[in-house]
Amino acid sequence: MLPDIWLPIAPIALPLALALVSLVWPRRGFVLAVGGAGLLLAIALAALVATHDGTLAQNLAPTLGGWPTVLGVGLRLDLLSALFLSLTAGVGLAVVVYAQSYFRAAQARAFWPMWWLLVTALNTLFLAADLFNVYVALELLGLAAVGLSALAGSREALAAALRYLLVGLLGSLLYLLAVALLYLQYGALDIATIAARIEADAPLVGLALVLASAGLIYKAALYPLHFWLPGAHASAAAPVSAALSALVIKAAWYLLMRLWLELFPAASSAPLLPGLALLGAAGVLYGSWRALRAPRLKLLAAWSSVAQLGYLFLGLAMLLALPPGPAFDTLFGGLLLFALGHGLAKAGLFLAAGSLLHRLGHDRIDAFDGLAHRLPATAFAISIAGVALIGLPPSGAFLGKWLMLETAFAAGDVWIVLVIGVGTLLAGAYVFRVIGQLFSATAADATDVGPVAPPALHKFHVAGEEVPALLLGLAATLLLGLGAAPLWDWLS
Amino acid sequence: MNALLPYLIAAVALIALGLRALLLHRDTLRRLLAINVLGAGVFMILIAAARRADGLPPDPVPHALVLTGIVVAVAATALGLALDRAVNSAATDDDRRPDAGNRGDDNPGDAGRDHAS
Repeated sequence: MLPDIWLPIAPIALPLALALVSLVWPRRGFVLAVGGAGLLLAIALAALVATHDGTLAQNLAPTLGGWPTVLGVGLRLDLLSALFLSLTAGVGLAVVVYAQSYFRAAQARAFWPMWWLLVTALNTLFLAADLFNVYVALELLGLAAVGLSALAGSREALAAALRYLLVGLLGSLLYLLAVALLYLQYGALDIATIAARIEADAPLVGLALVLASAGLIYKAALYPLHFWLPGAHASAAAPVSAALSALVIKAAWYLLMRLWLELFPAASSAPLLPGLALLGAAGVLYGSWRALRAPRLKLLAAWSSVAQLGYLFLGLAMLLALPPGPAFDTLFGGLLLFALGHGLAKAGLFLAAGSLLHRLGHDRIDAFDGLAHRLPATAFAISIAGVALIGLPPSGAFLGKWLMLETAFAAGDVWIVLVIGVGTLLAGAYVFRVIGQLFSATAADATDVGPVAPPALHKFHVAGEEVPALLLGLAATLLLGLGAAPLWDWLS
Repeated sequence: MNALLPYLIAAVALIALGLRALLLHRDTLRRLLAINVLGAGVFMILIAAARRADGLPPDPVPHALVLTGIVVAVAATALGLALDRAVNSAATDDDRRPDAGNRGDDNPGDAGRDHAS
């Protein structure tokens, strides 16, 4: 066994090394990627085991290279970062396996280095203990994500990538401006150091809070700053869309959550909470509505991400309004389950949509008639990921929504109950619209397909590329829902 | 704080100029330049933050941050310019082959409508 000091270092060093190796040795990209993704998952789970009782929370922050705190690169591993490392590693493994069968050789050569840089940036962001490292990770994440979304090569994908780049740059610069103001005030970058000194009534703190939040909300695509997301996520290649929707926007949310919980004093964020809840609710309703109206499956999945991020911000606003105590811990666990569940389910949905696009040459929902006969595994993957997106039991999202409803009832916020109810109905409608098309067998389609493609051959042929989406859907619905109990033990 | 004031005013002016141009212009080159002007404003604050009490040498940490920021800005600008060229040459390809880009027939309108609002 490696000593514990490696647990926060390996998730950054390993993908960075893989990025360089797969750049100079592209033909071994897939072998390296599967091995690396498996190893990363093992490391992330080891980090989860090491942090679950809270003993490793802060004392693992190593000061690399022997520099003092002001100059050194501090890393911090705790339960929260371990959970998101595990999500990234799990989704990453599925994406890597899927990507091999999805991309042509030339695209794959460009995919592997950028993919590993994306993973490096995500893991750095989850582990960084100082504000400037977070900025570097944000920029690296943005650049890698832009490169990946341009891979699809179509004009609309390139235009969406360019728009995505500008959005990302503006978001990071707003965040950097907040960091500069905090440095001006406190002369420090380390999150724990600033948190110990920060006061709500200091002149620049409120401004820094607003700027950092605005930048990150822009990157997390909270309504009304979501306009860049549907184009970017729907036009990218399927494995890339999966990572963008499941991990990249979630990283901005994660960071915002950490800053609001750990850095900025409650007194300075309290006046902003009603506004945050309102925007979250608007995101839930508008995103779900647009998903219902989307003509294509990938566009539907992208709009559904706008809605799901709305829930996460609504839940975050509710969480921050609670005083520390059992109610806080319970909702916190529910919110984390919701975030993890959406990550797995949305990645699964995008991968399944990619399989359909691959087989059909299009992903128009109206033309899905009876596809469940030809692609049963993919149809099942879409259904089970859909269960998690609606928030039906036994998915993790069900527990998350249930706990949000409970908190809203306890606080007497009837409007939040209504928003979650309407959002869930809309989600049910947009998921069942797809499932209904997949399972409806029209006569024309049956005669069309039958003689050309014997079902047995199809099943055998597509099994490989269908498996990752299936496993992600199952993990979101069964693993998170039925295996969630330990989370609350760890949190409290 | 008074010694910092001119720098902070200049920084706010640069940030405001950059933001204004970014929001008003659709042209990619102008928007990339606007991002760079905005970035220069942010860097100005960091450079000013290096000032310590009279007689002490300036704090090197913010200067190192600005260097990193400049590297990021150069890389991002280069990527933006490369993407802009790729978009334009893809556009001429599509003109020659009208069937090349019809896979996402509904998408440009959908994303574009939101973007314009």
